[in-house]
Amino acid sequence: MADTMTGALRRTLNLARPDDVYNAIVDAHKDLSDAQCRAFDARLILLLANHVGDEAAIREALAAARQSLEEREP
Amino acid sequence: MSTYEYRHYPYLRPAELDGAGARRPVVIVGAGLAGPTLALALAERGVASVILDDDDTVSVGSRSICQAKHSLEIWDRFGVAARMVEKGITWEEGEVYLRDKPVFRFNLQPEPGHKFPAFVNLQQYYVEEYLYDRCLAEKAIDLRFRNKVVGVAPYADGVEVEVETPDGRYMLEADWLIACDGVRSAVRHLLGLPFPGEVFNDQFLIADIRLLNELPKERRFWFYPPFHPTNSVLLHRQADDVLRVDFQLGRDADAEEEKKPENVDRRLRQMFGPDARWEHEWTSVYTFTCRMMERFVHGRVVFAGDAAHVVSPFGARGGNAAIADVDNLAWKLALVLQKAAPATLLGTYCGERRAAARENIQNSTRSTDFITPKFAASRVFRDATLALARDFPFARALINSGRLSIPTVQAGSPLDTPDGDADWARGAAPGQAMVDAPIGDGWLIDRLGRDFTVLVFGKGAKPVPGATLVEVGEEKLARERYDARPGTTYLIRPDRYVAARWRRFDPAAVEAAMKRATGNG
Repeated sequence: MADTMTGALRRTLNLARPDDVYNAIVDAHKDLSDAQCRAFDARLILLLANHVGDEAAIREALAAARQSLEEREP
Repeated sequence: MSTYEYRHYPYLRPAELDGAGARRPVVIVGAGLAGPTLALALAERGVASVILDDDDTVSVGSRSICQAKHSLEIWDRFGVAARMVEKGITWEEGEVYLRDKPVFRFNLQPEPGHKFPAFVNLQQYYVEEYLYDRCLAEKAIDLRFRNKVVGVAPYADGVEVEVETPDGRYMLEADWLIACDGVRSAVRHLLGLPFPGEVFNDQFLIADIRLLNELPKERRFWFYPPFHPTNSVLLHRQADDVLRVDFQLGRDADAEEEKKPENVDRRLRQMFGPDARWEHEWTSVYTFTCRMMERFVHGRVVFAGDAAHVVSPFGARGGNAAIADVDNLAWKLALVLQKAAPATLLGTYCGERRAAARENIQNSTRSTDFITPKFAASRVFRDATLALARDFPFARALINSGRLSIPTVQAGSPLDTPDGDADWARGAAPGQAMVDAPIGDGWLIDRLGRDFTVLVFGKGAKPVPGATLVEVGEEKLARERYDARPGTTYLIRPDRYVAARWRRFDPAAVEAAMKRATGNG
């Protein structure tokens, strides 16, 4: 989706060290069962949602995640 | 049953059985919480009513126990709230536990300066008894026990009601029929009106017990307590040293098995420990639904309280919403009967109270979904919230064990005059309930008029016809709560909602807003 679309959710890169952050998220799930992954992700989502604080951005992220899941399931 | 003795109120043979009675302006069906409150609010305005109730006693079981501040403020107009506060248990604080540890403590009324507390716990049978006492002393109220409605025939400008009594049937004519006859409303069934909504399958066990040990005063809610490790438990204290213990049983529990005294006692023993002693008052297994009628006004038949909408018990939004319903209805109905407002004014009862019912249903459904998650991911997030709550304050705010009843916002009502001045930092906006504050030696709610009130901060305002003028001086809390500056003016409706507000007193603007608020604009 084009970056020019006005919305609350940032769609361009906002991380100084993207590979490090991506791998930190993935590595944090290592050794967890599927059920533990779900419990872990729920905690992470709640912590990050509160940190973001912007309801419009959160709702846009929810919609974007759902849309990506439905349209582009690899 | 031990602490409460059920009185049987006398059945009196209605005059209609011995010849036609006069047509009545208002016939109310049901003497629960809503019906008698409506009759008192109408009598306050000079409107006589008949209440028809199919039995001859008060609520069997404690049922709706949490009487909210806004309900107490309404009942106080009829002089019955002081009795309720005296008999009941005042509480404002609550504590939420996860397993055996407290995670979250709340105070519903953190600031002083209100005549009434956030909640008084009092069994529904006491509340009804006090309302009945008051109704029976009121000439304008004809409260008839063992008068069961068996037929309803609405026509263009009235309703014919068929009533069954121990002495036979009679017909009663009414200008308006108000159905306050609860979730299984006979009037709604007789008219074949739908009651759409959502059914919840989780079962709960209520055990009202008289505990003969020391009692906690605040509300307590446990998720996964050691004495009931798979589910939740809610504890409330009521009058007469009675405790309400509410165990979530889950969907697959066997209600008859769970209700057996030995099984209830086993749970209570685990909860209160080996030394506790108690007596049983009332035991009930319940499930619940959230439903709302599509319209609350059907010609000359009006629905209020549980007859019109029903919610889960989490948040004390059933009984308290019913009281707000009838207080919204009473002044409008009185104005229409007195030909001071068009009948369309009652359409705003439907609009405002349906908005309130939606808000109540949304709140109680969210609480229900938190307490009894309906799908796997919902439970995962609920448990994540509970787990984070110990270390992260934000997560405590997400714990939803019931968002307790406060007056709903009736935003966008055609009766309200939207803010013209844009510089309001706080205070009750049009569509919100007025807020009490200390004034002189007393309380703002005691200064309000029966009809409209013009609340002016500062001196020099002139009375507006049809409204009570209340001038407020230097009272700090009142000024804060109304974001007041000299000249700040509020127009408060008879049901104590704000209809309009201004930064300066302008009698023409007040009169225009009053016209609008009575459907005459």
